[in-house]
Amino acid sequence: MTTLHQINHQIVYQRPESLSDTNTHYCPGCTHGVAHRLVAEVLDEMGIREKTIGVAPVGCSVFAYKYFNMDFVEAAHGRAPAMATGVKRVLPQNTVYTYQGDGDLASIGMAEIMHVAARGENITVIFINNAIYGMTGGQMAPTTLPGMKTTSSPLGRDVELSGFPIRMSEMLATMDGAGYIARGSLHDAKHIRKAKKAIRIAFETQERGLGFSMVELLSSCPTNWKITPNEALDFIAEQMVPVFPLGEFKTNPELAKLRV
Amino acid sequence: MPVTGWIEVNDHYCKGCDICVAACPPNVIALNMERLTPKGYHPAHLVSEGCTGCGICAIVCPDAAITVYRETPQRTRQKITVQEIA
Ligand SMILES: Cc1ncc(C[n+]2csc(CCOP(=O)(O)OP(=O)(O)O)c2C)c(N)n1
Ligand code: SF4
Ligand code: SF4
Repeated sequence: MTTLHQINHQIVYQRPESLSDTNTHYCPGCTHGVAHRLVAEVLDEMGIREKTIGVAPVGCSVFAYKYFNMDFVEAAHGRAPAMATGVKRVLPQNTVYTYQGDGDLASIGMAEIMHVAARGENITVIFINNAIYGMTGGQMAPTTLPGMKTTSSPLGRDVELSGFPIRMSEMLATMDGAGYIARGSLHDAKHIRKAKKAIRIAFETQERGLGFSMVELLSSCPTNWKITPNEALDFIAEQMVPVFPLGEFKTNPELAKLRV
Repeated sequence: MPVTGWIEVNDHYCKGCDICVAACPPNVIALNMERLTPKGYHPAHLVSEGCTGCGICAIVCPDAAITVYRETPQRTRQKITVQEIA
C-alpha cells in the first residue's frame, strides 16, 4: 500500500501471536480455523501464551500442535482430558487446555470427559461440535442430528436405531466440579464474538482455580456435510442451533464480577 | 467523510472459501479468478472502494489470512495505534 497509508493507519485486526506461521490442512471454510484463532486471541489478550500447554486430540485437529505457537502434547483418541489432568497436576502454575472434536470427546472419550469434570480438574476444554466424524470420512457421531445423512447413516440418523444426539454441555453442567460451561457457535461474526468471550471466561475460570471449564462450539464441516462453506454456516444456524441451544449452562458465582 | 479502511489478504493462508465475500457488509470483497495462490486457491481481494475497516471479514476468516487497516482521523494522525477487537 501507499506511504500515506503506512503513516496514517491503525491496524484493526491482525493474526494473533499465539498462532504459528503454518498454514493449516483444514478444508477451505472449515471453522476449526475460527476456533483456533479465537483461542489464540484470548491467550494473547490474557498474556499467558508462554505458560500455556495444549493437548491435541485425534480427529481433524490432530495437528493442532503445529498450528498453535505454544507447548503442546498429543493425546490418544479421546484421552486428552486424562493427559491434561496429568500435565496440570504436575505443573499447576501452567495453563492447560484440550482441544477436542465431538467424536473424540463425546464418543470414544466420553468416560474421560465426564470424570475430569467430576473431579473438578482445573483445566479448560475447547469442544468442537460439528455433528460428524470429520477426519475419517463423515461417519455418524453422538452429536449427529436426527435425520442427518452421514456415511454410516446414509438414509439419515434413525433415532429408533441409533438414539438421539447427546448434549454434552447440559450434561457436564450438572457436575459439581465444573466452574464454567457454555455453548457458542461459529456461524457469523456476532456469534464468533460471543464465543470468544466464553473462551475468555473459561480460561479465567482456570486462572482463578475455580475448577473444570468447557466451551462447546458449533462448528462446520462443509466437506462431509457436502455443501459449500457458506451453506454450512447456514446449516449451523438453522439446523444445529435448535438442537444445541446456545448459552451458559454453569457459571461459578465468582465469575459474575468478571468484565471481559 | 466516511471512514475508510482496507484489507490485505495473505496468500500463504487464504483458501478461497468465500466466507468473507458473503460476510462483508458493503460487499467489497470477491475471489480473484485471475490469480491462484501457491496452494492453488483463488484468493479473496478488495474489488471496489467502500471498505469501512469494520473487521468483520477478519472475524469470520477461518485461516486468519486477513489484516484489516483503518485510516486514522486527521487529528490523531502520526500516532499509530494497534487496537484489538474484542
Ligand atoms: C483408538 C482409535 N479409534 C478410532 C480411530 C479413528 N478415528 C480417527 S478420528 C475419528 C473421529 C474424529 O471425529 P471428531 O472427534 O468429531 O473430530 P473431527 O474430525 O470431526 O474434527 C476416529 C473415529 C482412531 N484414530 N483411534
Ligand atoms: S473434514 Fe470437515 S472438520 Fe475436517 S478439516 Fe475438512 S471441513 Fe473441517
Ligand atoms: S473490513 Fe469490513 S468493509 Fe472492509 S473488506 Fe472487511 S468486511 Fe468489508
